[in-house]
Amino acid sequence: MYKRILVPVDLQHVEQVDQALICAADLSKHWQATLCLVAVHGTTPDGVAAGPGAFAAELNMFAREQATRFDIAEIDSRVIQSVDAAAELDQRLQQAIEEEQVDLVIMASHLPGLADRLRLRSSNAAQLLRRSSVSIMVVR
Amino acid sequence: MAESSNDVSSSIAELEEVYETDYEIGQDNVERLGLEMHNPVFFVSAGLIVLFVLVSLLFPDAAKAGLEATKSWIQVVFDWVLLSSGSIFVLFCLMLIVLPVGKIRIGGDDAEPDFSLVSWFAMLFAAGIGIGLMFWGVAEPAAYYTDWYGTPLGVAAYTEEARTAALGATLYHWGLHPWAIYAVVSLALAFFAYNKGLPLTIRSTFYPLLGERIWGMPGNVIDILAVLATIFGLATSLGFGAQQAAAGLDFLFSIGDGLSTQLVIIACVTGLALISVLRGIDGGVKLLSNINMMLALALLLFVIVASSLSTFIVNLGHTLQGYAQYILPLSNPVGRTDDTFYHEWTIFYWAWWISWSPFVGMFIARVSRGRTVRQFLLAVLIVPTLVTAVWMAAFGGSGLDQIAQGAGALADGIEDEALVLFQMLENLPFSTITSLLGICLVLVFFVTSSDSGSLVIDSITSGGKTDAPVTQRIFWATTQGVIAAVLLSLGGTAALDALQAGAVSTGLPFTFVLLAMCVSLALGLQHEHKLLQYEEMLND
Repeated sequence: MYKRILVPVDLQHVEQVDQALICAADLSKHWQATLCLVAVHGTTPDGVAAGPGAFAAELNMFAREQATRFDIAEIDSRVIQSVDAAAELDQRLQQAIEEEQVDLVIMASHLPGLADRLRLRSSNAAQLLRRSSVSIMVVR
Repeated sequence: MAESSNDVSSSIAELEEVYETDYEIGQDNVERLGLEMHNPVFFVSAGLIVLFVLVSLLFPDAAKAGLEATKSWIQVVFDWVLLSSGSIFVLFCLMLIVLPVGKIRIGGDDAEPDFSLVSWFAMLFAAGIGIGLMFWGVAEPAAYYTDWYGTPLGVAAYTEEARTAALGATLYHWGLHPWAIYAVVSLALAFFAYNKGLPLTIRSTFYPLLGERIWGMPGNVIDILAVLATIFGLATSLGFGAQQAAAGLDFLFSIGDGLSTQLVIIACVTGLALISVLRGIDGGVKLLSNINMMLALALLLFVIVASSLSTFIVNLGHTLQGYAQYILPLSNPVGRTDDTFYHEWTIFYWAWWISWSPFVGMFIARVSRGRTVRQFLLAVLIVPTLVTAVWMAAFGGSGLDQIAQGAGALADGIEDEALVLFQMLENLPFSTITSLLGICLVLVFFVTSSDSGSLVIDSITSGGKTDAPVTQRIFWATTQGVIAAVLLSLGGTAALDALQAGAVSTGLPFTFVLLAMCVSLALGLQHEHKLLQYEEMLND
């Protein structure tokens, strides 16, 4: 049914994407679909890596670890570089969906809370649902 | 051969160890309500902002007297420190251009620029200096030429010598020196973040000098001071800018320049800044900067053509000649007799540029990855100076011609410095359109200042993280607007004066911070150069 599945990951909060990864691994086996992990990353250092090159290596290693963990031959990984990752996240994910030609996105989303009611944060999954025409599965 | 290769590898390992830190970016951050705030920088800064605003509102006259006395004391007692430091920063940058460290690429050898040259140049003016060029482009040379408030080196007003001195001194204040100050801060920030992997915050630039201590109290103090200087500098500029824009609109359309007009302007600027913040750097500040650059270029060409190309060329000659002729005498702190000009213009500007440097420097750093140190310094130092020379020759020169010929309102001297640009444009064709364009440029420059300022403050108050939620930038952009509006509404000009004097006063401590930053940057660049040399040896 689906040929290529995209999972957005945030390496600074990997524990929050675990459910989405489990789900994506399961479904990729079920439909023989390929998996692609995508991270939108800025150009400045963060808690994961000192620069874009090091970050790409970290994501690649994470993808290989997940392939071993779920017994999948290969999981692709792709870093979408952005000069302003916080503001451009939704836009860059949409770009990744188009460029990677995926037909399903499986993504984690935070539980709604006070910050959402106060409009202090928005949901990237909700934004993507509004923008994208591919199927999106939101996992919590 | 194998042994020497091992020696080189161990030398590289030793060098790399110098910048290895256990500190993880964001480790001191507190996460609440989806926000990420550095503890204590965010909370102490926020508390001090509220405290200073309250004091300025409750005791505006006492606060104004106290902070302006501090500012004046700094201007008079530390004049030589500020003036000499300005020259040191220029020499330091020129030295880096010619030294081998100039080859170092910001972000490493493989780094590619994030922005095209045109967008990058446009953004250099977005963070604060663009507004100044609009506001002072005519007013400053006119002020010197007419002895409105002192003349450079005491030259006689209304003479040919005064024309050259006025244009040269204006370029002195807006040329190599301010850009060298910004270049030092931005290069240090960019280098330590992109090449050494340290967080993009002011404290990181002191790693070679303070080591791991930058993560503690010294680093917190530097970052908090940078936040206060930036927010008060921006908020008071917005407040004064709203007064000036209201005066300009009233001059054109007689709509009144009272508090309500000023508040509407602040609301519009803040609203547009919020949209720009939400669109990110590419879709926000870069886009606006490119638009502004085109509009500014159109206005510049119009002024050059309308006031005659030959006059412009003569005035450009005066500007460059005046700059070359007066740069050394104006940089000399000893035996000055032009007290008013020296202290109230030059030293004020130097304190202002230095207090503004964490903000402008960090924004420039954010957008400058992928350039070599030499390209970066040549571009940040030389190009804006040349652009400013052309701008001052066109706008300032045109204003001086009108004064000399007794044409229009400027012939009677300066009454309100906010109106000088419009009074000059009034004597050229299509003045309503060009004046409106001028106001639009000022307002859009305020929007880009507010947006870039929020980006910078957010980065500092979230421990150097640049991917903290955008809501935080919205908070800082709104805070600037609210402070400006509250100060104007409740405290009036006295409260704005007080906080601006406070912001400018931070120029003195920052002068010492910047001098130390030069030493730290030199050490960092030397370290990187040595590392690259070893890596080259290993590859050969």
